[in-house]
Amino acid sequence: MMAEISEKKVGIISCSGEECVEGTISRVATRLVLGKLRPDQTVTICLPLFLAGGRDEREFAREYPTVTVDGCNKMCAKVGTEKYSGKPASSIVITDLVKDWHCPKLNSRRTLDAETLSVTRKVADRIAEEVDEVLRHWV
Amino acid sequence: MKSKSSKGEKVIVIPCSGIGKAFGSISRDATYEVVESLRKDATQTVCLALLVSGDEGSVKLVRNNKCITVDGCPLQCAEKNVKLAGGNLAGSLRVVDVYKENRHLKPRGVTFLDLDGQQMALALAEKIANRVDDLRREQ
Repeated sequence: MMAEISEKKVGIISCSGEECVEGTISRVATRLVLGKLRPDQTVTICLPLFLAGGRDEREFAREYPTVTVDGCNKMCAKVGTEKYSGKPASSIVITDLVKDWHCPKLNSRRTLDAETLSVTRKVADRIAEEVDEVLRHWV
Repeated sequence: MKSKSSKGEKVIVIPCSGIGKAFGSISRDATYEVVESLRKDATQTVCLALLVSGDEGSVKLVRNNKCITVDGCPLQCAEKNVKLAGGNLAGSLRVVDVYKENRHLKPRGVTFLDLDGQQMALALAEKIANRVDDLRREQ
């Protein structure tokens, strides 16, 4: 993987968060940034693989700036990235954003309803802003 | 494989939730179909990243209950990590095996599963549910 990445890229590391709706928001928002909002500036890493010792994944996160996206305050993505590859350039926690935005209770961790999808798009925009900020300060 | 669960305990279904390819999304969707619909009262899921991070509650859960892992790629992060955590691995399913049985399906969507992806997830969910039933009968 490392040999293929020679330009400026930001790694977005999302929690897997199977247990809660915020985990699904984290994952889908990350995919929206990768696929639509900043496709040429971002890559992602499978967090379970990264945590379990994926060599390429850890090397990437050491060499390139990362934005971690966590569903809850256990912050598996942020804590894992700090532990194995260094401090992320930026960290987002969905439960904090949802609280700040005064969102109603979100349900359905499987299929995002209209309200949850709207929040997910806002999260994706926020991730894209963080990516832009990281790229602006790239030395 | 160990079989320690006693009657009434839940079977833990753990997908890899791979974020880069459709098969990862299928593993996640199939898991939700089982834990939220097909075998709602007999199963639950756990955050794989939290388990890999060594979270005490998650480790205890996979050690004290029978687990079925659902993996989207040959790295089999879910299966490997449940084993590493000392979990009670009682079944291991791979999306690719369902794909081999349903070659007419060509899932492409990752962020949101397309119709082929949804159909494959349902076929996989049936397999998981059957395995859950087998495990419950063994108790």
